[in-house]
Amino acid sequence: MAGAIILILAALLSLTGSIFVAIAAIGLLRLPDLYTRMHAASKAGTVGSGMMLIALALVSAGSAEALRAIAAVLFFILTAPISAHLLAKAAHAAGYRLWPGSVLNEMPALDVAPMPPDAGDGMVGSPDAQESDGGAAAPHGAPPQIAPRGAA
Amino acid sequence: MSLETFAAGFLDIALDVSFAILGFAFLATLLRIYRGPTLPDRVIGLDMLTAIAIGFIAVIGIDTGYTLYVDIAIALGLVGFLATVAFARFILARGGGDDEEKAS
Repeated sequence: MAGAIILILAALLSLTGSIFVAIAAIGLLRLPDLYTRMHAASKAGTVGSGMMLIALALVSAGSAEALRAIAAVLFFILTAPISAHLLAKAAHAAGYRLWPGSVLNEMPALDVAPMPPDAGDGMVGSPDAQESDGGAAAPHGAPPQIAPRGAA
Repeated sequence: MSLETFAAGFLDIALDVSFAILGFAFLATLLRIYRGPTLPDRVIGLDMLTAIAIGFIAVIGIDTGYTLYVDIAIALGLVGFLATVAFARFILARGGGDDEEKAS
């Protein structure tokens, strides 16, 4: 009885985990720029693989593998935000622009990397900086030039 | 039909569906790595590929009972984390950004 319930729970967890991973992959394909893609991949991807590892821990409960699977889940929860944050910060500092439909960029340009000369007034790109891979169109029509950079 | 047989059959079906969905996610991520207009996009794709590989390892472990690969999943997570950090340092050191990608 209890074993059957654990099997059903593991099946549901592995199904939901794989659906989360698929949502992350679809977001990676469909979202318009680097930063939104990172948001999809790091959050939904971590939740998906973590759920599948918890399903494995449930099925092999009591063995050493269950403990290892739990340790792996904890490790991913610990490291995924760090790597995503580091990559986003490096890309922002290196001068990769935000999607023109972004409404807020509170982070001033860092001085660690040589900035392109025309990126001085905020990272909100001109319309020709839009992605050329057929991403989603801007939801507000023509992207307004909102540059609330810093406190000014 | 008792609860036990239902649970076993449901687990089998769920694992098959999970394999199919994971394969789709793997292909979608590969497509993003292939198209990905900039280098950081490809780095995110590689990070995502390690997550999908870990999911595959977990589902294979449930399906076959062969849970030896869980250690490899932990090592894969560590290597993926270190690779992403190293790529972030490389992107920061290289600089350039969008303009350089367009020029090349």
